[in-house]
Amino acid sequence: MTTESEDSESMEEQRTPKIPVWDLPDLPTGKLPPHLELQRTRVLCTFDAPTHTEKIQSSGAYASMGVDNSMQFEEFRNKFRVEVIRLTEDDLEVDMIGIDASLANAFRRILIAELPTMAIEKVLVANNTSVIQDEVLAHRLGLIPLKVDPRLFDYISENDEPNEKNTIVFKLHVRCERGSARIKVKSDELKWLPKGSEFVLNSEKSTADSTSKTKTYTSFSCSQDSLPEFSNNPIAPKHDDIIIAKLGPGQEIELEAHAVKGMGKVHAKWSPVATTWYRMLPEVVLLQDIEDEKAEELVKKCPVKVFDIEDIGKGRKKATVARPRSCTLCRECIRGDDWDKYVSLRRVKDHFIFTIESTGALPPEELFVEAVKILEDKCMRVISELS
Amino acid sequence: MELGSLQDNSQATFSLTDEDHTLANSLRFTLNQDPRVSFCGYSIPHPSDARVNIRVQTTGDSAREVLKDSCQDLMLMCEHVRSTFDQAILEFKSKDGLKSMKI
Repeated sequence: MTTESEDSESMEEQRTPKIPVWDLPDLPTGKLPPHLELQRTRVLCTFDAPTHTEKIQSSGAYASMGVDNSMQFEEFRNKFRVEVIRLTEDDLEVDMIGIDASLANAFRRILIAELPTMAIEKVLVANNTSVIQDEVLAHRLGLIPLKVDPRLFDYISENDEPNEKNTIVFKLHVRCERGSARIKVKSDELKWLPKGSEFVLNSEKSTADSTSKTKTYTSFSCSQDSLPEFSNNPIAPKHDDIIIAKLGPGQEIELEAHAVKGMGKVHAKWSPVATTWYRMLPEVVLLQDIEDEKAEELVKKCPVKVFDIEDIGKGRKKATVARPRSCTLCRECIRGDDWDKYVSLRRVKDHFIFTIESTGALPPEELFVEAVKILEDKCMRVISELS
Repeated sequence: MELGSLQDNSQATFSLTDEDHTLANSLRFTLNQDPRVSFCGYSIPHPSDARVNIRVQTTGDSAREVLKDSCQDLMLMCEHVRSTFDQAILEFKSKDGLKSMKI
């Protein structure tokens, strides 16, 4: 160490003073130089492919620079923010800032595949003289979204009796009379049967004990109507204008459908979201000042109108970035020769714009909360297995 | 299920059943943030089996403890996400309510 400083001192007399590296003024200790900070927090979307997409996660990554990359929980708590952009009965758009991609993806995966819902699983067909085959009809019935809170019901397994705690029964009985026009069977024809199945279960043994109740396919001990949640709002499909089948004159459909609880992992009909997706916040940066004709050209190029013209006096115009959030990364603005020296497209790595579209069983904000609870439950399971 | 050595408990592979990328990637993230961890990763031996192998190598502490701590961390983070989200929704709804009342 001493030899170096002696050298620099002797050099000083001959040339411009050399400042030892550790005295450089610009770098606040504990922070990264700007180019590394850019690499760490932004995805650079160049013309060929995005670069720096992985999050530099390891806690010792910047140890040689003296920067602690490990994320303490306190820091997470201070940095994390949620902003709701749009909330309707079925849609939710929310900004989450400070979260990592692996957590955001975990929430997305849970929302699609591991949140339980109710959907029609077993269809008992008594009469089907329509042109739609039984199995096609059953498949269509399964995909109809039902407006019922799945948390009020239990899962049913192979050996369980279908009862009022784990099954919902619907009835569909439509007939198209001879001489009338063709009719469309819409989902409002699905009638809820709060007392359970009406189809009688034929047993092999002779019915000597005719005093006992006739056994049906479900054994409801009490009517679902009497439960407080359902007494005023009957269970029904979310939309009443979904076409299930079309009948010609003389055709009839008579069936009973049993809905049970399930997860999207097993079959997509049990997925509570139409879809849900997230994207990172786009950031559009002008590397140099763009003026006059080039500015006009740039504004015209962008199909979603990210750029705007600003007058800077003397009749000259400058291009500015007005709406970076609506950038769809079509890369039109960097296509062509040299444009990528003027415009840099980036994405902020820890700012996610989440969109959730619910099919109607639960409102989207409740869906998200349930998804977070499920991730917590998974962690709990791992902890209890480890202990 | 933990596959490790009896002498050295600072490195182990944990095989979890009924799990997939959802939990494994988030655990890997929280494990990485821990300064006691020198290496961590996960793999899925076959996509048809719902099984995940998480490998943890630490700088001395027991790998089981470090994994437990990261699970706790992940749970804390989830709770915080939930409460912040709830609050943001409440604020949005009250702001929306005010707006519709003013109209």
